[in-house]
Amino acid sequence: MSGTEAVVMESSKRKSAQDHPQIAGTKPKRSRGATADEMADRQRDISVSEFFAKNRHLLGFDNPRKALLTTVKEAVDNCLDACEEGAILPELSVIIEDLQPDRPASAKSSRYRVTVVDNGPGIVRKQVENIFGRLLYGSKFHRLKMSRGQQGIGISAAGMYGLITTGRPMVIHTKPGATKAAHHIELAMNTKTNRAEVTLDKETTDFPPKRFRSLTAGTRSLAGESGGFLDAAVYRHGTCVSIELEGRYQRGRGSVDEFLELTAIANPHARIVFVPPSRVNDDDSDTPILAKVEAGAAVVAAVTTETQGVTVFPRAVQELPPEAKEIQPHPRGIELGTLLQMLKDFEASDHGTLFNFLRERFCRVSAATAGSLCEKVGLSSRRKVSDLDPSVTEKLFDALQNAKLAPPPTDCLVPIGVRQLLAGMLKGVRAEFYAASTREPAVYRGRPFQIEAAIAFGGELPGDETARVIRFANRVPLLFQQSACSSFKAVVETSWRNYNLQQPRGSLPIGPLVIMIHVASVWVPFTSESKEAIADYDEIRKEMRLALMECGRKLGTYLNKRQQMQRQGERRDIFERYIGEVSKALHDIAGVDTKKVHDALLKQARAHTAAADQSLDVDGKVVQEQESPDEEGIVVVQSAMPPSIERPTKRTPAPATLRPAGTADVKKPRKSADRDGPSLF
Amino acid sequence: MAKISKLSPSAATKARDRVTSQKIVAMAETVAKRALSGKEPVVSIPARTRSNTIWNKRKGILQMGDAAQERQLFNLNQAKNFMQTMLHSSSVKTLIEAEKTLSLRGMFYKGLHTVAGTKEKTFADQDESDGILEDLEVSIGALREELRIFAKKAGTIVGNVTLVDSGDEIDCRHMGSGGYAIPSIVEPDVIQFKKCEAEFVLHVEKNTVWNRFNEDRFWEKHNCILTEGGGQPPRGVRRMLRRLNEELGLPVYCLLDCDPWGHYIYSVIKQGSISLAFESERLAIPDAKFLGIRSKDYKACNLSDDVQIALNDNDVKRAKEIAAYPWFQAHKGWQREIEGLLTSGFKMEVESLITKDISYVTEVYVPQRLKAKDWLD
Repeated sequence: MSGTEAVVMESSKRKSAQDHPQIAGTKPKRSRGATADEMADRQRDISVSEFFAKNRHLLGFDNPRKALLTTVKEAVDNCLDACEEGAILPELSVIIEDLQPDRPASAKSSRYRVTVVDNGPGIVRKQVENIFGRLLYGSKFHRLKMSRGQQGIGISAAGMYGLITTGRPMVIHTKPGATKAAHHIELAMNTKTNRAEVTLDKETTDFPPKRFRSLTAGTRSLAGESGGFLDAAVYRHGTCVSIELEGRYQRGRGSVDEFLELTAIANPHARIVFVPPSRVNDDDSDTPILAKVEAGAAVVAAVTTETQGVTVFPRAVQELPPEAKEIQPHPRGIELGTLLQMLKDFEASDHGTLFNFLRERFCRVSAATAGSLCEKVGLSSRRKVSDLDPSVTEKLFDALQNAKLAPPPTDCLVPIGVRQLLAGMLKGVRAEFYAASTREPAVYRGRPFQIEAAIAFGGELPGDETARVIRFANRVPLLFQQSACSSFKAVVETSWRNYNLQQPRGSLPIGPLVIMIHVASVWVPFTSESKEAIADYDEIRKEMRLALMECGRKLGTYLNKRQQMQRQGERRDIFERYIGEVSKALHDIAGVDTKKVHDALLKQARAHTAAADQSLDVDGKVVQEQESPDEEGIVVVQSAMPPSIERPTKRTPAPATLRPAGTADVKKPRKSADRDGPSLF
Repeated sequence: MAKISKLSPSAATKARDRVTSQKIVAMAETVAKRALSGKEPVVSIPARTRSNTIWNKRKGILQMGDAAQERQLFNLNQAKNFMQTMLHSSSVKTLIEAEKTLSLRGMFYKGLHTVAGTKEKTFADQDESDGILEDLEVSIGALREELRIFAKKAGTIVGNVTLVDSGDEIDCRHMGSGGYAIPSIVEPDVIQFKKCEAEFVLHVEKNTVWNRFNEDRFWEKHNCILTEGGGQPPRGVRRMLRRLNEELGLPVYCLLDCDPWGHYIYSVIKQGSISLAFESERLAIPDAKFLGIRSKDYKACNLSDDVQIALNDNDVKRAKEIAAYPWFQAHKGWQREIEGLLTSGFKMEVESLITKDISYVTEVYVPQRLKAKDWLD
């Protein structure tokens, strides 16, 4: 985003072109070119809002379908950030209402109202206009702290898009505390001034707004349960944003559904309820990508369920991620321009010496280092920052770049965590095998980052298609521009053939596989403002590859083991098949007791194929974690294994402890299923 | 001249059967004992492989070495073979008890059934069954005839000799155009030599050539015995030749094609084969002689171009292999012979001599060679 604040464009350059013919009659010689004065008349500031109103594609509002998605995405990101900052387990409801349900079938788009309600800390009344009404206003841009949003463009841009396409203001309900009153505010943004204009402002008791509870059959049914849908006991405080906009609701790749599914995977600590519009576009033939289970069906862990059209992404882990710490920039990560700006900012401070500047405004600069840096540029450590001349600044910049410094602190990073990753994947992807790994933090351009990867294999995933890559940056799903993304390249570069998977040269592996990559960083390097792809830094790609290899190895080991089990099963089958013939022949020749020999041989056969037993002696548990310590970070769902592996059970008398597969899926009430998933970890 | 076994056939057979039966029971008991004491059931089978074949230079034959393979039940590759070995052992014991013999094909059917609880057959085809029987022979140290198994007849004899086969007297001078078919089992308790006036044995490769010689009454004119083995001679024919050579002291001359296959047949008759190395002592004829066809005959007999059959890659490969056999390697005549075959680039069948004259081979070629003692040995 560097430089966007300084955008100045000669937008109305040709505005007067139509006026020219009239002028031409009187002053023909000056028909071409304008005087500096005339030009100066036309030159004026362009507000950032105005700039983005004309360049909406930069923010992800290219077309109606994407506009709807971006609106939901920005609102959800903000809600999750707010909840986490307020140390509240996030509870989100996303409601999309179709405002033109009787539009003709051929309509390319329709008018929707997107409402997102959270149980976050709410917003103080006086800040409402700033947060929702101004572009580039926020708490996140000016600091290096890991968060979903970064620039403070998102939600206000969505509001602006709504205003442009429907003329309707943004409606905000916010309740900043359990005992405090809720406000109902409507605001329209003035693109010229980059300020919001409040059109309605009143106190209200309607939070969370009650009308949604009776919106559809699904919401009515869910609202009947305690904590099911917009329960006031859960939403004791929080914010509700409604934006009306011209959009298009369609399922499939790059849809709101996919976004929420992926968000739920990366945020297993959040509970999200999604009420889609009553009518989807007619040409919608796509099916949801990730599996959902009919509500009430037997479920073993916290899995996504659907009740009469309303999707519930349950909470899979009960603890909040630790709070991300804010850090000062690392000297290695800044540019000369940034340094100049930082120096300027520091001039105002009352102890504005160079020494203090270095100590306070950077991380990893100790007193000793600061002193030696001052020495290096030939200045006293007490020199005022305001006295520095540009040549010294440049020298200082070089010195900072070359100084021997510890890498930036990494406690500012909050990875999702292996356990949470697995819980998230288990919730959203119906597979047989799950593995996850979190890398140690690393640094690119002086900024710390951390890579996590997870894979899900087998089960209900399609076996003959290329693997699906799902990408996240600071827990936000990235839905577009996959092939431009560093993570995609890392997946392609990884040699999946080493792990018993097919992989055509230079492309994704083929098989029932979902690959997840998460980048956590105080500043995620995106390729563009719409935050769709991660820029290709060598350090980042390397870490991604290492994380993928870790998961791949686990998968490879598992597949080998599975194959071994299968082979052992077959072996036992063969041995046992021939034992009968052998003992009968021995009886015919030497008169030995057929049964005795048979039993003795059977005992030996079992011992020889002990590995096959591992799959048989499942204690009725459907989900079972591997116990050996080097196999941490994987989950195996036995019931999702291909049937060929279970085949030997037919020939083997079942041990007393073995329950037929499936009985473990005892019908549980859906609510408790959220909580008492099997002890996975 | 004739030698007749001292034992009467039935008494000899009974003694032999008793020994074989004991060997089979002993093997089964070992397996059962191991199984009951928790040890893996195994059968030791001497390896019938090239690496376990030893060239006995002094005796001039191929012999089987001491290497043995353990056939295990609990080995995926051997489990089925183990089971089949047990089945055939059981069948053989049944045969001995019933005092009957079966052909190889018969044994295949005797052991054939569906494995209980599956759709799998105990033997996929006769080849599988034949292999197991050969294993069983070496494993318990009993020959095929001792197991009461015979192969189909594939060999003919005619000439100045009188045999007794199972009590019937066979005068091989009065066998018409077809000759007497050499049985699979020609052991002394089945076949005895009663009278022999022949001076040598002429063994030809195949039936067509044998017919030529028989029609021309070659054996009568030259006072010899005429045999053929239908390509590579089966054990019965080789054993018969060996007995004629050993017991009656007749030299054996071979008339085979001039190609690697012909050379190989000669090698098998003379030294024995890898897969039957354990039988070489009984089958090989170290002083058998190779009469023809020789590579030099194309020029020597002034044959036309038409008889040439070009060597293919496989022939060349095979010829080089044969040249490397230790007994051929040390033999300059044979090295020259194979070299000649390779440089000429073509092979010749015995029948190629027919282009000279229908009876050239019987009236000119063989008598000349015998007279000139022009052979390889």
